[in-house]
Amino acid sequence: MNKPVGTQKRIIASKHVKLGQKNAKGQTYTDINDIFYNTEQKPVFFTGSEVIKEAIRRASVGTSVAYPITPQSEAAALIGELYAEGYLDEYFRGESEFAVMGQCAGAAFGGHRVFTTTAGPGTLRAMENFPMWAGSRLPIQVCVTCRGINSPLSIQPDTLEIHYLLETGMLVWHAETAQDLFDYILKGFIVAEQPDVHVPIAVCCDGFFVTHTKDTVELPSEDLCLTPYDPYKSPVTVMDMESAPIRMMRDPFVMKSNYISYATHASWQQEVQSAVERSRKHTIPMLDGLIDEINTDREVLVVASGTAVSQSREAIRLLEQEGIKVGLVKIKTIRPFPKEEIRQATKNAKHIFVPEFNIAGWLAREVKAILPDNERVYAGPHVAGGMTMPSEVIAEEIKVHLGIKPSPNRRRP
Amino acid sequence: MSKEKIQLCEEFASIMPPEYQELVESATYGKQDRGWKDIGSSKELIEQHSLCAGCPESIAFRYILASLPNPEDTVFVGSTGCTSLVFPHVAVQNIHSLFGNQNAIASGLKRTLKARFPDVEKDVVVLAGDGATVDIGLDMTMQSWFRQEKFTTICFDNELYANTGGQESGLMQKGFVAKMAPKGKSFDKVRLAEIAREAGCAYVAMLTVSKPNRVEEAIKNAVYVAREIGPTFVQLYTPCILEIGKQSMEGLDEMKDSETIGGRFVQKEFITEEAQKLIDSIKVETKARKKSAKDAAKAAKSG
Ligand SMILES: Cc1ncc(C[n+]2csc(CCOP(=O)(O)OP(=O)(O)O)c2C)c(N)n1
Ligand code: SF4
Ligand SMILES: [Mg+2]
Repeated sequence: MNKPVGTQKRIIASKHVKLGQKNAKGQTYTDINDIFYNTEQKPVFFTGSEVIKEAIRRASVGTSVAYPITPQSEAAALIGELYAEGYLDEYFRGESEFAVMGQCAGAAFGGHRVFTTTAGPGTLRAMENFPMWAGSRLPIQVCVTCRGINSPLSIQPDTLEIHYLLETGMLVWHAETAQDLFDYILKGFIVAEQPDVHVPIAVCCDGFFVTHTKDTVELPSEDLCLTPYDPYKSPVTVMDMESAPIRMMRDPFVMKSNYISYATHASWQQEVQSAVERSRKHTIPMLDGLIDEINTDREVLVVASGTAVSQSREAIRLLEQEGIKVGLVKIKTIRPFPKEEIRQATKNAKHIFVPEFNIAGWLAREVKAILPDNERVYAGPHVAGGMTMPSEVIAEEIKVHLGIKPSPNRRRP
Repeated sequence: MSKEKIQLCEEFASIMPPEYQELVESATYGKQDRGWKDIGSSKELIEQHSLCAGCPESIAFRYILASLPNPEDTVFVGSTGCTSLVFPHVAVQNIHSLFGNQNAIASGLKRTLKARFPDVEKDVVVLAGDGATVDIGLDMTMQSWFRQEKFTTICFDNELYANTGGQESGLMQKGFVAKMAPKGKSFDKVRLAEIAREAGCAYVAMLTVSKPNRVEEAIKNAVYVAREIGPTFVQLYTPCILEIGKQSMEGLDEMKDSETIGGRFVQKEFITEEAQKLIDSIKVETKARKKSAKDAAKAAKSG
């Protein structure tokens, strides 16, 4: 479970005219700060999929569009049950992930809060939509329950798809546990919808490990829900013909090969990037920082995201028993990437290990790219294709690399 | 039902561009029986266009914009192609997102507007090229019809991919030699109107844009039926004069030729019984309203 967040930190004002009123289901629209920090949280023992449902029950979502793909199918179907009970205005099955993301975009253009889920090949099928969402400033949330994308067909856990999301202009958060998933889904809406952010968000988790296992999660009362999305706070026009339809431009930029056109596109790309960066100030109080640090004064550190963090926690405990002291940095947001925080947290480290559930080692690359003396970074251990990463494997690899234990692969003379 | 939304704040009125001033003064938002005949006597909802000179798409745009029953509560969804060059000049909100996903966008949009404005009729109208509607987007086009999504799909059929320079499209005629069909297209023009009927459209019309009154009628029927009954589809022949080697003044003749007996675009309509009833009742209502207005005007004159 996450570190508790101090209630003294008042997050952003999610003040809304509806605060305190009740919705059709009898839930009270409540400020996100109060939902998390000023009301009782009760423990439940749920699967990750059920946790997604419970988050959406409290999220005042307008539209959700579903499409089956393991391991998110259960969550997507559970949201359908919420719709049938009257918690959402609209819900239906689309015809493909590409279409689903378009349907989500249409709903968001029209002013709804929108949630969807996808995974693996679905994420890649949908890919063209993600930069479109960001460029159109649609604060849609997609929950990505990562799985393999390779051929031959795989449905196993693998986080390679997150790599493809990094430059889409979306916020990308990576949940370690079911508790994170619940928190990030609700908090993600609030951060993504801030007028000075207003970009889409991918809340990622490791498929199966989080979606299909049961965990103890503390939930606020189901009588509380987020204040609804206010489309008229959007920095771009809502497509509902409730405001003057202006003529947007004399010369559509798409067809012009001139400096004004290039500059327009370039500055809009910069603006989307800046919006992602601006999310930091809302996210830091909301998630109690973009990273968590444990014993980062130590010379050996593990830097990780997702369930690789949980496995590393246990590996660190095992190493500690042998007298090897290792610290931990948990990265919660991959976009914006917590550059400064990681630099600070690793400034005394001599060895930095980045364990990952994918073959590319994209997190290690990200970490290497921002650190001075990046020969300190060891990209591994990696597993892929659905393999588990036992804590012993992490501990072993750390010992081998530190020269405490000989390499099992070393040739005998 | 008015121009309320576009009113100018007095203090700033003088600095607003003249084309906006004209919109406020004489556009036909909110006019009940607006139609193609308003063209010339009132401000049109299209300012300019950056299409080729004489491109029939431009006149099609003007007729459609003049004929929409409720532009003040209509949102367009477009797609990539020559039409996307026009939308930035149109005084009705419109969405361009990607190429071929227009009916997916419209599905999400229409449902959301219905949920957010349960008491206001918000019309959603898709307007896209033939490549977008049939080739890359056919799945989403048809699925929205299967699902009975209540919006209108208009296809500007110019029988090729114009915006990318004249490549073969599914709506191109068989045998036509084009880019990417160097030996001539090997299969027949896709029968989209029939597909639309079979896929569940309650009203389907296929015609050219040579006659504005016919375009007006088709658009109005399509929008009214989409409101009450289900998906509707209008396929308009808007020849790409550039790519078929015609002069700017030859578009009209090309359309007229294609709609004469035996031509590809002889006007056809497929209307379900339910839709026909609705269309008839609207006609009766409109006639009665116009008559009573005329009578009232006469009475006022003589009285
Ligand atoms: C995913 C994707 N594929 C291809 C294109 C390139 N493209 C842009 S417009 C266009 C042709 C449009 O043809 P059509 O829909 O018939 O419209 P027209 O230009 O003929 O009016 C194509 C292929 C694109 N923008 N996006
Ligand atoms: S390329 Fe063809 S369809 Fe496009 S504007 Fe020119 S004439 Fe019209
Ligand atoms: Mg075309």
